[in-house]
Amino acid sequence: MTETPPAILRVRDLRKNYRSGETTLEVLRGVDFDLAAGEFVSIVGQSGSGKSTLLHLMGLLDAADSGSVELDGTQIDGLSSARRDRLRNTAVGMVFQSYHLLPELDALENVLAPLMVRHGVLEWLRVRREARDAARALLDRFGLGGRLRHKPRQLSGGEMQRVAIARALVTRPRVLLADEPTGNLDEATGAGILDTLCELNHADGLSIVLVTHDAAVARRADRIVRLAAGRVDHAPQALDQSAHAGQAARRKAG
Amino acid sequence: MYKLLLCWRYLRTRWIALASIVSVTLGVATMIVVNAVMAGFSYEMQTRIHGILSDLVFESHSLSGFQDPQWHMDEIKRAAGDDIVGMTPTVAVPAMLNFQVRGQWITRQIMLIGIDAGTHAHVSDFGRYLQHPANRGQLSFGLRDGGYDTVDSQSDATVPTRPALEGAGWPHRRMRVERERVWREKLDADRRAGEGAEAAAAEPSRSVDQQVDAVLAATTAEASPLAAEAGADPAAPPATADPFRQARPEEGTRMDPANEQFTGIVPGIGLASFRDNAGTDRFLVLPGDDVKITFPTSGTPPKAVSDTFTVVDFYESKMSEYDSNFVFVPIAALQRMRGMIDPQSGLASVNSIQIKLREGADLDRVRDTLRKVFPADLYAVSTWRDKQGPLLAAVDMEMSVLNILLFLIIAVAGFGILAIFFMIVVEKTRDIGILKSLGASASGIGGIFLGYGLFLGIVGAGAGLALGLSIAWNINTIRAGVEWCTGERVFDPSIYYFYRIPSIVHPFTVLWIIVGAVGIAVGSSVLPALRAARLHPVEALRHD
Repeated sequence: MTETPPAILRVRDLRKNYRSGETTLEVLRGVDFDLAAGEFVSIVGQSGSGKSTLLHLMGLLDAADSGSVELDGTQIDGLSSARRDRLRNTAVGMVFQSYHLLPELDALENVLAPLMVRHGVLEWLRVRREARDAARALLDRFGLGGRLRHKPRQLSGGEMQRVAIARALVTRPRVLLADEPTGNLDEATGAGILDTLCELNHADGLSIVLVTHDAAVARRADRIVRLAAGRVDHAPQALDQSAHAGQAARRKAG
Repeated sequence: MYKLLLCWRYLRTRWIALASIVSVTLGVATMIVVNAVMAGFSYEMQTRIHGILSDLVFESHSLSGFQDPQWHMDEIKRAAGDDIVGMTPTVAVPAMLNFQVRGQWITRQIMLIGIDAGTHAHVSDFGRYLQHPANRGQLSFGLRDGGYDTVDSQSDATVPTRPALEGAGWPHRRMRVERERVWREKLDADRRAGEGAEAAAAEPSRSVDQQVDAVLAATTAEASPLAAEAGADPAAPPATADPFRQARPEEGTRMDPANEQFTGIVPGIGLASFRDNAGTDRFLVLPGDDVKITFPTSGTPPKAVSDTFTVVDFYESKMSEYDSNFVFVPIAALQRMRGMIDPQSGLASVNSIQIKLREGADLDRVRDTLRKVFPADLYAVSTWRDKQGPLLAAVDMEMSVLNILLFLIIAVAGFGILAIFFMIVVEKTRDIGILKSLGASASGIGGIFLGYGLFLGIVGAGAGLALGLSIAWNINTIRAGVEWCTGERVFDPSIYYFYRIPSIVHPFTVLWIIVGAVGIAVGSSVLPALRAARLHPVEALRHD
């Protein structure tokens, strides 16, 4: 395992509880998880197994109760909110099940949104042309070149999800976190989205974490991590995992 | 950048929020209009008051006044000469004005003010308020040969509202004298023609008008020196028993009322006229008519004496309390009649000196300087503001209370914005989560809603500004329109001082209103913005 590339994401003993009144719900009970650079990992598990929470913690949307998340060797939970906002904007791209596009903005503007968040007004005027070109190129690549000025409600589910992926990628993130990206789509469209993700992983070497409960979707990844009751379930899939990891490592090497 | 873009998009897509700022718009418009009209009223009133009173009034406490006004004026000049551009002495005493209308004697309580025709117009706007164009240039207490304004020179009326002033002056006086003469000749003829029965028989056939003329003629004839002193020998030495013989040297000579006049007076127009329902001014007395005035003599205790005067013009400041109270006479005549001239030294007394200061002089400072020089137990020095202090203070207070009330309207609008913004924050919860997942900071999210409130405030206040200014600038057109629609007078000039609704827009006031309105809009979006900023991203993303 020494030839394994350095981990982009390293999760150690991550715990997260949700309290509602008297009862405390332990969602994550000590999760360990590594994501190597250029790896495409699926996290599967039943509803309530904590996979979405894990993704939110890795995406800095939530704070863990204990344990650590490291991005490129830097611990990222426990940072100041300004640094977390910054990292969320620059290092992590997120794709959601229900697309989460801003309804007031058209496709191009939605893709540009994270860049607008990053830059102030004056700065934006300076980088605008560059940003537009990048966003257009991404949308062109996803076959949306003709729908730049369409509002989300004028787009189909697959198109919206591709806009969302473009939005996640326009910031050139270190890692793409996808939460059930195919959950709202029919099989063919979902397969198209997965093809896109695989292609990004293969061609651009993008590190991807994909959360799903669908085994068929999960199998498209290099490696599958199972979560059960807030922990990584090693038992039956342990061999499978290392095989996949080996495959990925070989592919990068070759 | 996203903040601006989203504010702009929300502004264009959420019409409900625009509805919430209609109240801001209306509040701002109302405040601008009310302030403009109030400022207009206040300004007009101050101009009138100031126009009547000079900048500073230097007066004695007693009705008899102080001697030697020239010495006082020199002293005043020495104390505060740099700031003084004009001074004029006046004598003011309470008096009674008597005149006859249709056989009835009408008595009015007045303030009789002796003024120096040459200098008085230089210290106040007195001249502007006269009805004869030549008198407005330089006042003369001589009766004019007609030419009085039949249109109020201070209004924008195009139709004569004072037809009675046509022919006032010498023509009116001559006509009256002629009518009296003709009537007297007829009476004499009747008397000569035979006593008793015939005359009695002729009596009922007279028209009412003739009867009135008869009575008029009789009384005027009686009052006129022509009748009263026709027999007096002009060369005879003044009777020492009659103190007024000395005081009125022009009397005792034969007077021809058709070509001569008594001492001229300028009464306030409110004393001599009233306005009928059609808006025409009806006059009880015209320039050229003679009236009697009873006033106290100087000395203690004062005695009441009467004299006859000829109306030569009217004074109209449009402040009804002045117009129905003031009567101006030449100061020299009044001093003589009241016995205010010291027989030994020949020095006259006055009871006040009106002082005009140069433009921009500090009234209060000059007043205080003069107060130091002249002992307070003998003299009172006050500015025109001091004189009308309570009135001006009342107007100021009215204005501030009104502003507070109106501002509450905008504050109420603020609560509307608050409620609607909370609604929008709830509606936009998921979008807020999305923005946070894209790296937007809490302050950035709050900024969107604050900025949104600012935009709405600017739009609302801007619309209110446009509406308010267009109303304030066209208020008289609007009034005319409303009057035309309803057929009723909205703004009755006989009640107010002015013919048109005055309206003055102070840019500074408008600025404050706008700033206040925008501030309230922003202020009421603070709470929703805080709520938006504090939303937890994960929960916000799950929100449906």
